[in-house]
Amino acid sequence: MMQPGFADPVLDAQSAFRAVLEALSHPGRIIPIAPAPIPPAPLSPAMGALALALCDADTPVWQDGGAQAADWLRFHTGAPFAEAPAAMFLFATGRPPALSTLNLGTDEVPQDGATLVLNVASLKAQGTLRLRGPGIKDEVSLGVEGLPENFLAERAALRPHFPRGLDIVFCCGAQIAALPRTTEVI
Amino acid sequence: MYVSVKGGESAIANAHAWLAERRRGDAALPEITADQIAEQLGLAVERVMAEGACIDRDLAALALKQARGDSTEAAFLLRAYRNTLPRFGYAAPLDTAAMQVQRRISATYKDLPGGQVLGPSFDYTHRLLELDLAGRKGEPDPAPQADTGVTPMPRVTEMLAREGLMARDTATDAEPPDLTREGLRFPAIRALALQSMARGDEGFLLALGYSTQRGYGNAHPFVGEIRMGAVPVEFTPPELGFAIDIGDVVVTECQMVNQFAGNNETPPQFTRGYGLVPGQNERKAMAMSLVDRALRASELGEEITAPAQDAEFVLYHCDNVESTGFVEHLKLPHYVDFQSELEKLRGIRARWAADRGEKS
Amino acid sequence: MNIPVNPVAEQLAGYNFAYLDEATKRMIRRAILKAVAVPGHQVPFGAREMPLPYGWGTGGIQVTASILGPRDVLKVIDQGADDTTNAVSIRRFFGRVAGVRTTDRTREATIVQTRHRIPETALREGQVLVYQVPMPEPLFRLEPRVSETTRLHALGDYGLMQVRLYEDIVKHGEVATAYNHPVMVNARYLMSPSPIPSFDNPKMHMNPALQLFGAGREKRIYAVPPYTAVQSLDFEDHPFRPIRAPHACALCNSTESYLDEVITDDQGGRMFVCSDTDYCAERRGE
Repeated sequence: MMQPGFADPVLDAQSAFRAVLEALSHPGRIIPIAPAPIPPAPLSPAMGALALALCDADTPVWQDGGAQAADWLRFHTGAPFAEAPAAMFLFATGRPPALSTLNLGTDEVPQDGATLVLNVASLKAQGTLRLRGPGIKDEVSLGVEGLPENFLAERAALRPHFPRGLDIVFCCGAQIAALPRTTEVI
Repeated sequence: MYVSVKGGESAIANAHAWLAERRRGDAALPEITADQIAEQLGLAVERVMAEGACIDRDLAALALKQARGDSTEAAFLLRAYRNTLPRFGYAAPLDTAAMQVQRRISATYKDLPGGQVLGPSFDYTHRLLELDLAGRKGEPDPAPQADTGVTPMPRVTEMLAREGLMARDTATDAEPPDLTREGLRFPAIRALALQSMARGDEGFLLALGYSTQRGYGNAHPFVGEIRMGAVPVEFTPPELGFAIDIGDVVVTECQMVNQFAGNNETPPQFTRGYGLVPGQNERKAMAMSLVDRALRASELGEEITAPAQDAEFVLYHCDNVESTGFVEHLKLPHYVDFQSELEKLRGIRARWAADRGEKS
Repeated sequence: MNIPVNPVAEQLAGYNFAYLDEATKRMIRRAILKAVAVPGHQVPFGAREMPLPYGWGTGGIQVTASILGPRDVLKVIDQGADDTTNAVSIRRFFGRVAGVRTTDRTREATIVQTRHRIPETALREGQVLVYQVPMPEPLFRLEPRVSETTRLHALGDYGLMQVRLYEDIVKHGEVATAYNHPVMVNARYLMSPSPIPSFDNPKMHMNPALQLFGAGREKRIYAVPPYTAVQSLDFEDHPFRPIRAPHACALCNSTESYLDEVITDDQGGRMFVCSDTDYCAERRGE
């Protein structure tokens, strides 16, 4: 049986959107999403909330969560599935495609740069990632466990291409933390 | 004492009450109804439908009544309303060759298959005020009807194209972009430009079209054909999977035939300027077809010298809901910026005076 | 003089929460997120006609409608004041279509929609300032073609604006812009701060609040995230100077706030009062 989406499609989408907005406005800050849906595993509740709040027929998505996840995303959002380089949103529960192969936008249209939503094993308010950039007063730190190997190096390699780039949202349970393309990992 | 120039809830409410009173006019006269407007001021209603981008005669008539006859205000009401409606999908492209023609004329041929049909036009009326129309004139005599049945009316441009004299517009199955969802893009895509002009301001397009006839842009137009009438609208609901007829819309189509000098790849031939407007509105359809052809200058490798050929200029300024809003916003308070400007000007004048003082 | 609260029950029948349909909100929300990710860059969006005219705040209204939720408290100002007619009209609109709580206290608001001012009271983290923007393109007087300015932004080529400011200095001895003075955001994008007086420009720099900009007619959204560098364009030997009338407010005596000049008679009589009505009232203990 198909698992439900948001209990209140209007207001739950609004609060999930505000959580993402807050996360991107304060990179590295852990933001809870409540209420979040319970999508089929391995999609996390936070990931499901982002998909429901932001995706629809106008947003090609890529996901690696298997058939049940695909059915759930298709049913609740109507979003078309695409190969990773053509996706506007990527929902990665395992190792994501090589970051340099994703849509980074162009210098004239940097907003076409994709949003990568990535499940991680844990998120902690203090940790080894030291972050700097817009949205951060001086410096913050973030603890992330379960990042794919070389992920940070791949991301760092994109920074010279700014304003082209990827915006990344980490998900753990119903929590998120974001690294927009402007955030520097020191 | 500080006298506030600021308004508030009550000022707004009072202004609206006054507006309602003005709209009603003299209460000794019967109140006009939207269906009277829809029937008897049909061309005003059709202009509002076109510029309001919403084909609903009753709502357009209501908008005209609510707007006290101001067609731009009425178009704005309709635009705002249409944005609250759910979007079911896209109809199939209209086939104007299948039009139930009420009017069809060609200026390029004396006679042609299907013939010339004058239809309900002002064209050969003498513009004499019919003074007896001011009150209730009563019912007009019924217009005579031809008994010719349905005659096919092939398009003039198609006849020219078959001879190779008219450039064919390349047909494509690609989904055209939707102006209402994504806005304009430049370099302009013709489909977006046509969408934009179809809902654009009649007066603006008329002036631009006129300018192309007076040397601002290199136009040599002939009216290949104007046709007006009802066209069926077909829509394929996804759950059915086949097209169904969901009604008719009346449109005016103008195909303007223009010279083209040709170039290395293409021999000299005619090219087309295209206008399609909801309702009966020949003036706008003709103006639109002139401007469409002018906007094709860069595609056809012609020199761009005139305003009507400048896509950004034409398309960014043809929407009267946008332009009226921005022109009229100047009446909103600007005193914060004006204050900053005052202080700046006082400072610059003081420096100017001091400089002159030092020099003398 | 708190504006009465509209309970959700009084929401206008027949319209979605906050007026816009959900698909439109999602489209605008996606644009807002990308605007935050690329600070100062103008993101095109499919702006809709709203029930208020273009040029009267439709961009700000669409942004506010897309972020607004039932827990928000909304403040709307025009020229710094809560009781100017257009501010009243926009606040009433959101009261009707979203049933949202409204306030005229900057401190109480979670969202402040503004035209032409940044409140005097310092904003804090978690607040969102939504600007109504008439012309989002800072270069439009120098280059009206959108296709060309898009290219200049991609290149980060702002020579046109530097030359224009330099010519001002040659001609007038100072930069002649008194409002809408262009800023560099995060040292990358030239941005229009909307027509705020130059006096307000420094408040944008490293502000703890999120600043969102909506231009409805021009169909652009852009953003300055919290704690982001915003520098008014200037020259080393002609540093940017914010301007205010050199007076104290006749009502609250503030010598720090931005002042409106009010003509009191036709003999040259005038007085100066705070443009920010909430700030002035709070200082007077109201």
